[in-house]
Amino acid sequence: MKNLKYTRRKLTQKVMFFLSVVSAFIGIAMLFLILGYIIYKGGHGINLDFFTKLPTPVGVPGGGMVNALIGSTYLIGLASLLSIPVGILIGVYLSEFGRGAFASAVRFVSETLTGVPSIVMGIFAYSIVVIPMGRFSALAGAFALSLLMLPIIVKSTEELLKMVPNDLREASLALGIPRWKTILKVVLSTAKSGVITGIMLAIARVGGEAAPLLFTAFGNSFMNWRPDQPIASLPVQIYVYASSPYEDWHQKAWAAALVLMGIVLITNIIARVYARKK
Amino acid sequence: MQKHNIKLNKDHAFRGLTALLSLILLLLSIGILFKLIISSNLSFNAFGFKFLLSKDWDPVQKLFGALPFMWGTFFSATLALIFALPISIGIAIFLSELAPIWMRQPVSFIIELLAAIPSVVYGLWGLFVLVPVMQHWVEPVLAKYLGFLPLFKGYPLGVGMLTGGIIIAIMIIPTISSISREILAAVPENQKEAALAIGMTRWETIWKVMLPYGRSGIVGAILLGYGRALGETMAVTMVIGNTPSLSLSLFAPAYTIASVIANEFTEATYKLYISSLIELSLILFVITFTLNALARFLLWRMKRFEEVKV
Repeated sequence: MKNLKYTRRKLTQKVMFFLSVVSAFIGIAMLFLILGYIIYKGGHGINLDFFTKLPTPVGVPGGGMVNALIGSTYLIGLASLLSIPVGILIGVYLSEFGRGAFASAVRFVSETLTGVPSIVMGIFAYSIVVIPMGRFSALAGAFALSLLMLPIIVKSTEELLKMVPNDLREASLALGIPRWKTILKVVLSTAKSGVITGIMLAIARVGGEAAPLLFTAFGNSFMNWRPDQPIASLPVQIYVYASSPYEDWHQKAWAAALVLMGIVLITNIIARVYARKK
Repeated sequence: MQKHNIKLNKDHAFRGLTALLSLILLLLSIGILFKLIISSNLSFNAFGFKFLLSKDWDPVQKLFGALPFMWGTFFSATLALIFALPISIGIAIFLSELAPIWMRQPVSFIIELLAAIPSVVYGLWGLFVLVPVMQHWVEPVLAKYLGFLPLFKGYPLGVGMLTGGIIIAIMIIPTISSISREILAAVPENQKEAALAIGMTRWETIWKVMLPYGRSGIVGAILLGYGRALGETMAVTMVIGNTPSLSLSLFAPAYTIASVIANEFTEATYKLYISSLIELSLILFVITFTLNALARFLLWRMKRFEEVKV
């Protein structure tokens, strides 16, 4: 009788462990299923035109997405300008000066903001940039993206600065170097590679965002270099093309998805491998 | 003396600058809340709290209500959680307990890459791969054998609640599994050894000792995943069917708060319409912010508890 119970317990273990392995398999399979299909479908559409030409109207064959490629780069560049310095300085505050309730509150709010849906940030950017300006603009899109990047950069900077040994700070202070210079020249430069990793991950995260750009940067079938004008971006272009009824545009959406995913995943992998090495 | 003062002043200035920026970040969250409240004033004045309970969404008649969208948002997110939770916990157990050491890093890396795929790419894949599969294979089979349940009533369209739930589930698996894995890994060795020593099987050790030990952390992970599920936008918009509905059927097209904003915001032609959409985003903001705050609190308590233990 006792033996039977033991057998049952053993069996439960076997079944549950098997299910656990199956779960891991499902997770891995999902990634390769999605990746593989996008490479398969998108591969045809990748050619020189894709990277160098503007989109053509429906029915006109050819054309590319150079406006969206440049647009995404432009938006991310602008968002980085807005969020990287601020994010690093807040990270410095939390790691070097932040004690007590205020710092805890900042830390808490920053982490909580990472969970706010990106579309809500889009609405916020719409109501404080688009409405006063009176039109959709690259600036509004970049502002929305920078709000998404900020908490990621704050968190990674704080964590990495905390890993810098105190000896270095003390040695620098003992040489008579002021605190601010110690932080900028010694602490930050020691943690430099980690901070860069955090920034790369933040860029990879927002580079694929379409939701906050829909009604901020909006979209543009032409090239745009002005921050006060609407601008195209790869994720929004994919959404527009995928939701259209045209076969040719679907094909372009797959190609764009392949390029976008390639960029995002490679950035991610480089950042992680780089971080692990250090 | 003079020089010393300048040095100190620069130190103060630097510290002041970083503190000021931190204060701005703190005020940002309050700013978002206030801006959304002010911008949704028009809709709030027109409908009051009835907005939350009304099932009308008729831009032509200028009638707006949030109920179908809240229903769609919570239903799809809950469905996603039901699919994602067992798989995520399974992955966490596999990675922290079962897998050979050399396999752990690469497998967890691969699973975490799932979180890096952009939402719109999930949407594209969902729309052209998952939707047809659901329409021609999965849903007809479910309808045939389980069609007597209200959950599986209706015509299999491919787009709809079930497909939306599956897509969101894939997207939140990495969030829940990676945090759960860390929490399982943080269970002290002596707890495990004690359980094994009294004759528990390895599974029982995991199920009855390790998971309960990390309970608050796992609940935190679930809340974070759920928050992500509620706010997921592009992928859901592309596969859920975008029809306001209160249907219990998994086959029926539905609409979530995030997807109605994504879909209709640029088409909203008059102020009350825009204001109603902003009020929806306010609801989403309050829900996700609260959930995330709760999750962070649980994870933070878990961490503190750990430190006290060690």
